[in-house]
Amino acid sequence: MEQTTNIIELKHITKTYEDGYSAVSDFNLEVKQGEFITFLGPSGCGKTTTLRMIAGFDLPTEGEILLNGRPITSLPPNKRPINTVFQRYALFPHMNIYENIAFGLRQKKTPEKVIAKKVKKVLELVDLEGFENRSIDTLSGGQQQRVAIARAVVNEPQILLLDEPLGALDLKMRKEMQLELKEMHRELGITFIYVTHDQEEALTMSDKIVVMSEGKMQQIGTPEDIYNEPINAFVADFIGDSNIFNGIMTGKLKARFCGGEFACVDDVEEGTHITAVVRPEDVTLTSPERGNIRGIVTSVIFKGIHYEITVESGKNEIVAQSVHSARVGDRVGVEVEPDNIHIMIAEDHTNIFAAEINKNYELEYNGTVLPVALTDVIKGSSMLEDGTLVDSRGLEIDPKKIRVKISIKPQDIELTDDQEEGLVQGSISNMIYKGDHYSYVIHTDLEQDFVVNDEYLWNMEDQVGLVMPVEKMIFTVKK
Amino acid sequence: MIRKVWRWMVIIFVLLFLYLPILVLAVYSFTDATNIGAIRGFSVHNYVTLFTTPELRSMIAGTVVLALGSALIATVLGTMGAIGSFYSRKGMASAITTMNQVPVVNADVVTGFSICILLVVVLGISKDTYIPLVAGHVTLCAPFVFLAVIPKLKQMDPSIYEAALDLGATPFTALIRIVIPQIFPGILSGFAMAVTLSLDDYFVATYTKPATFDTISTYVVNATKGAQTTIKTALWALSTVIFLLVVLFSAVMNIRANKEERKTV
Repeated sequence: MEQTTNIIELKHITKTYEDGYSAVSDFNLEVKQGEFITFLGPSGCGKTTTLRMIAGFDLPTEGEILLNGRPITSLPPNKRPINTVFQRYALFPHMNIYENIAFGLRQKKTPEKVIAKKVKKVLELVDLEGFENRSIDTLSGGQQQRVAIARAVVNEPQILLLDEPLGALDLKMRKEMQLELKEMHRELGITFIYVTHDQEEALTMSDKIVVMSEGKMQQIGTPEDIYNEPINAFVADFIGDSNIFNGIMTGKLKARFCGGEFACVDDVEEGTHITAVVRPEDVTLTSPERGNIRGIVTSVIFKGIHYEITVESGKNEIVAQSVHSARVGDRVGVEVEPDNIHIMIAEDHTNIFAAEINKNYELEYNGTVLPVALTDVIKGSSMLEDGTLVDSRGLEIDPKKIRVKISIKPQDIELTDDQEEGLVQGSISNMIYKGDHYSYVIHTDLEQDFVVNDEYLWNMEDQVGLVMPVEKMIFTVKK
Repeated sequence: MIRKVWRWMVIIFVLLFLYLPILVLAVYSFTDATNIGAIRGFSVHNYVTLFTTPELRSMIAGTVVLALGSALIATVLGTMGAIGSFYSRKGMASAITTMNQVPVVNADVVTGFSICILLVVVLGISKDTYIPLVAGHVTLCAPFVFLAVIPKLKQMDPSIYEAALDLGATPFTALIRIVIPQIFPGILSGFAMAVTLSLDDYFVATYTKPATFDTISTYVVNATKGAQTTIKTALWALSTVIFLLVVLFSAVMNIRANKEERKTV
């Protein structure tokens, strides 16, 4: 078994229901033989739907599923060498344990002798020796779960799908089963695809985690990658506890957020809007003079192995975990090692820039007249016949006294090779892949940074023009 | 105290109201009286007549065979309908459920008459083929089977069907080996209901039965109009037997249901 072969590939999988709701959109995934991969996300993020499409219970509306390189997109579930462990076990209540486990083998017309041998072996694997003749309703939840696993595994599937299999168990049982499943995965060498909303479960068990939200893949990576280098605020928030702040880069390896300036190790262009993530265990409370910022302790909760301490600093709240307690009302300093600050370029950041009003009462930016009437921009205003602009009360508006700001969303700007076509020109100074598109930062010739989302791949330092349709712009007027 | 007495009186009154008529009949069936009135002496001759008169015996056998046969067909159709509707899309499922409601509430006389019109008059099928009679009783019973099976399907864990497919079963195997055993109690009670309905029916049978054939209902109605007193009094015995069978049946069903409940608790 080579580690490099893809056992299953999902290509541009989309599932749209008749009412137009998209459970999964443009999902791409490659799973290697023998991997333990986890789909992690909140309920309704499309993880179970994706699993059901791999199992064959749901058909994707678009895209292709390949098993060992061969398409199985519309193959019925009973023809796929894939078995599922269901969320609520789905054992057959009218059959005893032996018959439940034997069901799959009987469908393949396996001789009774072989069935008996295999059932015995798999019951050993799940630690239920001698349970053959027990009926399902005499078993505890944990035991039923083991039978469900045995029933799937006995068929020697190429892929085992597990749909939140531990969701119905109590915490202690769950922890035990997590380790057992991991052990089973090692022993059997089967590819496991596991679905859960429990981040701890995902981090403990997986070789690779796929974080999903709203039908889209947010990030894929090893548990360490996902935890230490979350790609966006959603992932950071979902995996582990996090303090998430909006901020801006104020210099080389320097960021301002949460009302203070912090040294960091992520080299992001100065002036870039960022999201900073700090794990509570990385927040150190010190004396007020020594901290990057100062604040007042507002709550202290004992959590067993540590205290969870909330510090309020100005408008911001920072949660810290510490083995030392603190008292509510204490003035403390907050310190974070540069290494422990994870800087992400702010997602979905709206670009805001100022436009000028020329002497003809037209809006202008970078020397280009925007095809929009000023009367449409300034609410209630109208143009008199003699060419003066008046407001809703008929008073003349002095163009020199008002400022118009234009905001435009990153996804509404288009990049073009033809620089003259763009409203403004610049070079690409940063790019991140965000699941289904790239997010670029373009440093313009007017010394401003624009964030642009584009599905096409450009290279760093590419000179591009930024096409901004007027109908996507939002104008705000300040007097 | 007074309250307690009242409560008991109400219960006794209601029970008398329900059971007195059949008790009177039962008592008279064990006498040699020819009319409800003076009792002269104890006798089982009504029961002897009931089980020895060939006409009565073949009538009872015919009714039972008809009930079992049409209930069987109705059970198959009703169950298929319920499964079909359960796995249909939402709009389709509610349409089927609504259409199923109509024959349930519809008057039997309308059902019987319209079946007679369609099969005998329009399609020209002779009543002597028993086809209109069986079709009529199946039409009468199938909707009730549907209603008995649907709740069982809704109670069933829907993922067990998928689990069967997942383990390599064809949809047909999954249906026979997994779904049917799960809903079997519903199918069984649907079947029992169908048997009772068919036994009970008078209107559909009068419109669709062959002239030479009688069910218990049609026979009793005709006999009570006639003058043959031995047959008439034998029917008291028949009523008593049917009543006892029903009591026995209900008791057994109740005990079984209680046992099931205790098992699941």
